[in-house]
Amino acid sequence: MYLYPIWVRLWHVMNAVLFIILIVTGLSMQYTDKQDYILVVSFARAVKWHNIAAILLIINYIIFVTGNIVSENGRYYRISKKDSFSDLGRQLRFYSWGMFKGEKHPFPVTSERKFNPLQKFTYVLAMYVALPLLIISGLGLMFPETIINRFLGVSGLILTDVLHITMGFCLTLFMLIHIYTCTLGARPSSLFKSIISGYHESE
Amino acid sequence: MKFSGFRFPGCIILAFMISTVSSGSPGPGLQLPEVKDTISYVSPFHEKNERCFKCHGQEMYEYTNENLGIQVKANMCENRIMKRGDFYSSNHKSFSCTDCHSEDYLNFPHPGQLRMEQMYNCIDCHGGDEKFAKFHFEEIEAEYKQSTHYKLEPEGFTCWKCHNPHTYRISIRNSSNLKETIVYDNTICLNCHSDYSRFQLLSEREEINILRTHDWLPNQASHFSNVRCIECHTKINDSILVSHLILPKEEAVKRCNECHSKNSMLMTSLYKFQAKEQRRDGFVNGVILNESYVIGANRNRYLNILSLLIFGIAVLIIGVHIYFRTK
Repeated sequence: MYLYPIWVRLWHVMNAVLFIILIVTGLSMQYTDKQDYILVVSFARAVKWHNIAAILLIINYIIFVTGNIVSENGRYYRISKKDSFSDLGRQLRFYSWGMFKGEKHPFPVTSERKFNPLQKFTYVLAMYVALPLLIISGLGLMFPETIINRFLGVSGLILTDVLHITMGFCLTLFMLIHIYTCTLGARPSSLFKSIISGYHESE
Repeated sequence: MKFSGFRFPGCIILAFMISTVSSGSPGPGLQLPEVKDTISYVSPFHEKNERCFKCHGQEMYEYTNENLGIQVKANMCENRIMKRGDFYSSNHKSFSCTDCHSEDYLNFPHPGQLRMEQMYNCIDCHGGDEKFAKFHFEEIEAEYKQSTHYKLEPEGFTCWKCHNPHTYRISIRNSSNLKETIVYDNTICLNCHSDYSRFQLLSEREEINILRTHDWLPNQASHFSNVRCIECHTKINDSILVSHLILPKEEAVKRCNECHSKNSMLMTSLYKFQAKEQRRDGFVNGVILNESYVIGANRNRYLNILSLLIFGIAVLIIGVHIYFRTK
């Protein structure tokens, strides 16, 4: 079943590559030390590449949002009255119990339903809540003169930084879990192949 | 040193009284702001000093030319003007002008040979004095002698080029606002390094352009307003609060990691005084965490542990999941 149009695949691979660069350079900046370690990018280089990757990520995000508005892909992210917490519970129960017992997937992939309820919920949170907050706080840090000096007695820069790092951490965690859950397809490699070829392999 | 207070000249007090009286009965609908007198210092030498300030305290002075029998108004040379407010809020506010300058200045016209008057340096008064021992003036003097300022211009350069004895205020030790201290301290450098008319008095260089020489620095404006020039341009000395060993430009700190790291250099320079005074929460970098934002130095130990814990739990859950999948 053809599920991933070319623009989604290109956006996805760009997003993945840029996010990896941002995680590595972000961690390098946060945990930089007086000695230069092999695993850590030097501070000046990390700042430069973090900024470049961030600007490209913003452009990529604009493409994603625009693509979702003008194409059919956006419907997969729309939360409606049909979505319920009990569906989330069913999916969670399947991942944590049912799949080990050989139960059938409660929400099999169709062209109408690309994401299961848990995927839909986390993807919407990641793409429409966490990523915008990450981008806004990142732009604030890139242009610190735009940030308010103090808020409730605390430096505006520190608050923006904490928000940026927290969102970065949440999305890194999301990425880790996302990569793992992508091994839960028909075969461990089938979902990875799908996002390259565009065709979904049914279970 | 005795710091007791500064008395405003009578005319200012009179003006203040008039404003106070008039503010007691404002016209209909007129709301005058409440004026608070915050001046508490009265110099024991204010009357004597007024003999100098009446000419040197403003741009214009007036004298009688006795030969011609006329009253002359003239402009005071810019670098001979000393504002009363600046002097009476400076470190040396309790001094009489003639403590440092010759008594002969009390005569007018001033005798010509006074131009050759030997000026005191900091160490002439502050050196070898028990009262000032904790400030290590001798060590400051030794550092200054090794600094690039002294080496490039041993004759022309003196303490006064940076620390005007009439206006200088100790800054980092008595400041509650670090940003103001940074601006104050950087202004000392920029007085010459951004003003070619002053700069050329001590250098043969044909131009100065701070912005261009620092164009490699990311977020230049943020750096300029949040750290002092001396953070990168001096060699750190643990025994004195403010390093005076100005390095040649080739030796200035250019590695970002020196400040942007766990053991940030700023803790031994900009935040040194505060770090000693108000180490909070048990954090070594408490001051940076509470007062400022320095990527790489703003690390909170508890948040680090929490994030590692959450990440560890996620990895553990994935591990358990893989185990049951493959079982």
